[in-house]
Amino acid sequence: MTATATTTPNTLIARSLIILLMIVTLLPFLSMLSAALAPQGTYPNGLQWPADPQWGNFVRAFEVAKMDQLLLSSTLIVLGVVPISVLIATMAGYGLAKLTTNKYKWLYLVFVFGLTLPFEAVITPLYYEVRALGLLNTRFAIILPLIGLYMPFSVYWMRAHFLNVPHDLTEAAQLDGATRWKEFWLVQVPLARPAIMSLTILLFLWTWNQFLLPVVLVQDPMQRTMAGALGAFQGQWGTDIPLLCAGSLLILAPTVALFLLFQRQFVAALMQGAVKG
Amino acid sequence: MTDKTTSIPDALPTSKRLPPSRGSRKTRTAAWLFVAPAFIAYAAFVLAPLVMSFYYSFLRWDGIGEASFHGLTNYITVLTDRDLLQIIGNAFQLVLYFTLIPVVLGLAVASAIRSHMAGRFGTITRTVLFLPQVIPLVAAGIAWSWMFASTGLVNQTLKAIGLSSWARGWLGDFVWALPAVGIIGAWVLLGLCTMLLVTGITKIDPSLYEAARLDGARPWHEFRYITLPGLRQEIGVCITVTVIAALASFDIVYISTQGGPGITTTVPGLEIYRLAFAHRQVGLASALAIVLMVLVLISIAPVQWFTRDKK
Repeated sequence: MTATATTTPNTLIARSLIILLMIVTLLPFLSMLSAALAPQGTYPNGLQWPADPQWGNFVRAFEVAKMDQLLLSSTLIVLGVVPISVLIATMAGYGLAKLTTNKYKWLYLVFVFGLTLPFEAVITPLYYEVRALGLLNTRFAIILPLIGLYMPFSVYWMRAHFLNVPHDLTEAAQLDGATRWKEFWLVQVPLARPAIMSLTILLFLWTWNQFLLPVVLVQDPMQRTMAGALGAFQGQWGTDIPLLCAGSLLILAPTVALFLLFQRQFVAALMQGAVKG
Repeated sequence: MTDKTTSIPDALPTSKRLPPSRGSRKTRTAAWLFVAPAFIAYAAFVLAPLVMSFYYSFLRWDGIGEASFHGLTNYITVLTDRDLLQIIGNAFQLVLYFTLIPVVLGLAVASAIRSHMAGRFGTITRTVLFLPQVIPLVAAGIAWSWMFASTGLVNQTLKAIGLSSWARGWLGDFVWALPAVGIIGAWVLLGLCTMLLVTGITKIDPSLYEAARLDGARPWHEFRYITLPGLRQEIGVCITVTVIAALASFDIVYISTQGGPGITTTVPGLEIYRLAFAHRQVGLASALAIVLMVLVLISIAPVQWFTRDKK
């Protein structure tokens, strides 16, 4: 703790409150873990360390859920969505912040309008659109709409960054198109790295955890995101509690592992993301 | 980290000293080229579907055969049908849980701690409290379906403390299913709100509290006149995020209750999905979608208005 925070009753209350919150946060995970280790086909109790932990349940869940294929599918979707989204949003953010006059404010407002739009509001037409494109039940059915759906937040985010970059940098060079493009890559993008990093983390998480689009647009769980596949897994194995819990824990392990590795960056990105979103 | 958030980008005096090149034709072309890819993606997969949603909402269409013009009938149905009104009401009831619990608990923790959470304790707290934000909502739904199951931890705890008569299958209960779903959402959003408020309160000048204490202010007064106004922006953020999460909820409900029992936990997001793809009432689904979009907008607008920094 900081030097100023002595152990007054207040900080004691605060600490106990926080520890209580942490316990409440962790209990569902522990409860799932204890169920995941119960013998197959049994109906375990909420939280009870099994006498004979069945670590093999995880192996079985890995095979049943075809985790290797799921990981591949989710990774392909993330690779299809995130780099392109970040690139075109960075370009647009730069364009809107640095190259346009107030006359084009409406263009920015059109993007911002999408910020509060629930995905459910467009999911029905998206289905018919994706079907007309012949992409139903392919990963592109998730990739292409997500790029569009992420634009309001991403453009908003990058524009806010570029507005804070001092003007002198852009004024320094009187630029024609080609040099403008070079300046963007050599000067602006390197400077924007923290904003780009946070955006990448957020888009990765949102894509990996996306559920509505895969449920509506992709039937085959093997072509879905992790979250979409988990939905199908629950539909199929919902009654086998140990297997369901083991599978769920496996499916959420990759993001949790990444989160623990890059804890600082994730927390920063999530907090800023909430503030801006 | 958060200093960016205090400056309102739009308020920067950018327009006052435009570089000479800004208005020129060359720059305008460049601007369009930079913005175009993002705009095309946005137009193709958000604006166009939105327009189509609006168009569908005036049709009677099963998604396959001929569509016929239906006027405002779909909207009238959405706003008068008892089931649909209950479904919209369910979403607003969820707001109570999704918003109130995280904000109240977050405020309690923030005003008790009122300092940076540095060191190892801070890191551990942040890591743990953010876990629900990192996992898919689907996983939260599965975890809590198990918590609320008849042999789950909730009932196990109730029995352990002698309240066996309270034990029940929570998610299958006509009265308790919706509050149970609300608790799941509160669990997901609790950590985020707490951390936002704790971070926010450290930015309030501590001398304000000292001055108040010298003047003999009660803790309640400190809270009312220093903490609440000081955290206005952060509270606004929490409310915005949680209200949208409640009104547009889908994943948690789909996984934990499928909207049941009856329609006691059905929310607009789930009903849109059902109407459009199971009942083949594309027109009605689209009208509900437009209504949902408008409801989110008008619920958020006053929050934004009240909590914007009026510097």
